[in-house]
Amino acid sequence: MLKKTGIPKLETIKDKFPSEARRKKGPYAVFECYQRIPCNPCSTSCKFNAVEEINDDINNIPVVNYENCTGCGLCVSACPGLACFVIDETYSDEKFTIKIPYELLPLPKKGDFVYALDREGNEVDKVEVIRVQANKSLDNTNVITIALPKKHIYSVRSIKVGEISE
Amino acid sequence: MENTEIAVIGGGPAGMCAAIAAAEQGSRVTLFDRGKEYGGQLVKQTHRFFGSEKEYAGTRGINISDIFLNKVKENKLIERKKDTTVLSIYHDGVITYEDRNSYGRITAERTIIATGASEKMLPFENNDIPGVYGAGAVQTLMNQYGVVPGDKVLMIGAGNIGLIVSYQLIQAGVKVEAIIDAAPEIGGFLVHASKIRRLGVPIITSTSIKKAIGKNYVEGAVIGSLDENWKFIPGTEKELDVDTICLSVGLSPLVELLNNTKCKMKYSALLGGFVPLKDKNLETTAKGYYVAGDVSGVEEASSAMLEGTIAGLSAADSLGYGKKIENIKQEYIKGLEDLRAGPMGEKIRLGLKQLEG
Repeated sequence: MLKKTGIPKLETIKDKFPSEARRKKGPYAVFECYQRIPCNPCSTSCKFNAVEEINDDINNIPVVNYENCTGCGLCVSACPGLACFVIDETYSDEKFTIKIPYELLPLPKKGDFVYALDREGNEVDKVEVIRVQANKSLDNTNVITIALPKKHIYSVRSIKVGEISE
Repeated sequence: MENTEIAVIGGGPAGMCAAIAAAEQGSRVTLFDRGKEYGGQLVKQTHRFFGSEKEYAGTRGINISDIFLNKVKENKLIERKKDTTVLSIYHDGVITYEDRNSYGRITAERTIIATGASEKMLPFENNDIPGVYGAGAVQTLMNQYGVVPGDKVLMIGAGNIGLIVSYQLIQAGVKVEAIIDAAPEIGGFLVHASKIRRLGVPIITSTSIKKAIGKNYVEGAVIGSLDENWKFIPGTEKELDVDTICLSVGLSPLVELLNNTKCKMKYSALLGGFVPLKDKNLETTAKGYYVAGDVSGVEEASSAMLEGTIAGLSAADSLGYGKKIENIKQEYIKGLEDLRAGPMGEKIRLGLKQLEG
């Protein structure tokens, strides 16, 4: 499915998530990287030594060590494939936050509402932007944090900025 | 007649790295490129690179080009001949070139050919009307000159170039109606495919274009599904409302100058066409003539940089320059092997193996 359409199966996505216990503890990175390709910026950008497996062979698929991962989000902007996200399920009872790498213009502002897009690009919700990181060191792979209902945890990985009034 | 120690023909990632590596060892280098500025395809590549840190992973192609350009400019041993087209290499080693105003001749002790590759065309009805572009042309227009090719694009080819150019089109505000590929699976990196898919662009495999619609320019396209023998399945035709058809169906090495050297060539579909035989130092069977980058087998920019460095070091080494060059070179050879070790490097590994056999 992924190889034909670009959309991974739900089980494949779930496999990349940490344990239930870790998920309740605070923010964590999810690497939606399913293919052996020669690439390692996730590993070299991590300041907490939380990316394993790549060292011996640059083609290895990265694995997050969730004991070390703090959910800092450095990898979100560093990944050339825009495949790293940071999820925080402790944001509230109903909502989680996700940091999304974003390379389009215009940038949303904090407090704006944007469309949440699923893996096919469908607009599945209108959600609030709670943080915009766009400093120079991110080199135009800006990081947008949105808060959204927990039902979208496995599906929403992109946003569409447009005129929305909530 | 002019003379140089090492002539490098082509100033893309391979050629720039070759010139830098050779000059850093002490050789005098002349770097030719027919473009107004060095950089080759790098200057159009706005995405972050894959690979390892040594090959500038995580840095955008456009910025990598600037890093090399500064090194080229700073090194006094590199003579720059930009906007200069090399015309031919003669049997006595004379290289002739044209630099807009005049015709020149130069001899070189060693020559590194890094001329890159050109885009392949796809046969389909009406493929010669305006609005049918190569992906490289679209990148040049958009990323170098700030001109969008149209409003609604059909991308043909889901390899890395097709996927990346589709993404760049979206970034430029252009609608990509669909990406189609005749192969049953996506050929490019799946992370690229996923990021484009979630922006709403369908990727349709086992599908190809039947014809372009329009008389004076593209007004649509007819696509159809392919069976397992890559034949159109009758009744599956679908018309798409597009004004641009972008072809990203592969590259062929630009080997004309290599043919001048009489080095041994072999056809390899996996490497993109006729390519030269070469040894570990990237020297062809014509002594003193080296190759690097897509001209010796279509791959990508990270490996072109490594090959350029290996060819530059080898050429300098053979002229007696530098110390411990062999050790440095082995590191780059290892880096290249690592890069090609995964499944995405299978095509190039098999292709290179066929050349040996």
